[in-house]
Amino acid sequence: MTKLNALSRQYAPTIVLFLVLLAAWQAAASFSGIREYLLPSPISVWNALWAGEISWSQHLWVTTWEIIGAFLMAAGVGVALGVAIAWSPLLANALVPFLVFVNTLPKVAVAPLFLIWMGYGIFPNMLMGALIGFFPVVINTAVGLSQVEADMLDLGRVFNAPKWKIFVKIRIPNALPYILSALKITATAAVVGAIVGEFVASQRGLGYVIVTTQSSMNTSVAFAALIWISIVGLVLYGAVVLLAHLWAPWAEGVD
Amino acid sequence: MTRTLIDLDRVGMTYQAASGPVEALAGISLDVGAGEFVSLVGPSGCGKSTLLRIIAGLRPATQGTVTVAGRKVDRPIDDIGMVFQQPILLKWRSILDNVLLPAELAGKDAGRLKSRAHTLLDMAGLAGFGDRLPRELSGGMQQRASLCRALLLDPPLLLMDEPFGALDAMTRDDMALELLRIWGERDLGQEARKTVLFVTHSIAEAVFLSDRVVVMSPRPGRVAADLRIDLPRPRTVEMRASEAFGRLSLDIFRSLTGRSAGTTT
Repeated sequence: MTKLNALSRQYAPTIVLFLVLLAAWQAAASFSGIREYLLPSPISVWNALWAGEISWSQHLWVTTWEIIGAFLMAAGVGVALGVAIAWSPLLANALVPFLVFVNTLPKVAVAPLFLIWMGYGIFPNMLMGALIGFFPVVINTAVGLSQVEADMLDLGRVFNAPKWKIFVKIRIPNALPYILSALKITATAAVVGAIVGEFVASQRGLGYVIVTTQSSMNTSVAFAALIWISIVGLVLYGAVVLLAHLWAPWAEGVD
Repeated sequence: MTRTLIDLDRVGMTYQAASGPVEALAGISLDVGAGEFVSLVGPSGCGKSTLLRIIAGLRPATQGTVTVAGRKVDRPIDDIGMVFQQPILLKWRSILDNVLLPAELAGKDAGRLKSRAHTLLDMAGLAGFGDRLPRELSGGMQQRASLCRALLLDPPLLLMDEPFGALDAMTRDDMALELLRIWGERDLGQEARKTVLFVTHSIAEAVFLSDRVVVMSPRPGRVAADLRIDLPRPRTVEMRASEAFGRLSLDIFRSLTGRSAGTTT
């Protein structure tokens, strides 16, 4: 009962604010005379969410796959590069300037190139998401692997522990919370990348739906697509938070 | 006369800093017998922690030779237990698994050492805490767990670098008593006991624990005095108030500050 109270105290302000904004939006759309194609009312957005004119499930499916693919690629490549950087000073010297350069590129600007190289499809959009989201994983992995107390490393040397063992038993678990916090950023970056990819080159997906509404002036469909995108993004973000809770509960505050 | 375990012969250490070479240690010659409890006291920056790491083979000395158990030290030596100022337990491992870490790092079968780990935890007053995470324990308890970890592989030599320095004064005094109990001053003869080299800032702690107190001078660290602590064992809390304890503390204080008897500031 007290837990329920605490929960309601935490979330009630958010819910109330959300409802107030929703009501204000509906009132503005109904009474201010703003045209429907500029600002659709919440009710017409709600209707568009379920309307048969767009086959949402197909677009949702495509975009979700792109986002998951982008996320997994960014996580895999990011962790691998981070490990390489922390493992060998030589690799670090070779890779870091290059990675910093790649990161300073406006990655969205590369999307048209992806179209030329790979054409339409799910994969280039995954790649766009991965490109936007991998960098924080590299950095956090490398930092997490290096932030080990010098005394702890001395302890490893006293027992003549091989380098890989120090990695497996000490450095990698130590890096886990760092990696997981980077993955929260990657989760949102993967969404951005997938949508940008669809804007540039796609015939399916929620980003594609949004682009098509430009010509049809069907703004309520664009809003509905936004809602679907944010639901996918929230679910992915929630999954990472859950993963952090399961894999590194010791890194959280004392509860 | 007991057999010599550690033999330092004119050990010096000079390292390169941005401003030029810094001489941290100079001409340290010291013998430590097996089973002896020796404290190193000295001002901050005198190189006592560095000396401990040189003996462990973790840092190379730039002059002189270090011999431990008859072998010249030129790389990290196993067969030692180390305790640092911080417990440095792995946050994600239970206390028991932290105590078992040396076995895993040294490539020994941790499963077979489990019962020894439990025995050590019981002895250190941590019975029932084996499956807790480090953050669930107080600082003093964590430090006791790190002492158990150092003792897991039953090393003949224990190197302790200000192990109680981060604890509050009361916990610190308790820990000193605990350490002597675990060291076995009551039950073991000197030859059977572990050799302990104990770095501390506290004169009282050094006198209370040790057979010998080696006083080091400010940088470059040299041996300024080597005093035998002839208080009987087992040591008791009451001894802290004895005349002998006070006299020894004063001797160490004078060696540390370089003041002769009777002088005041």
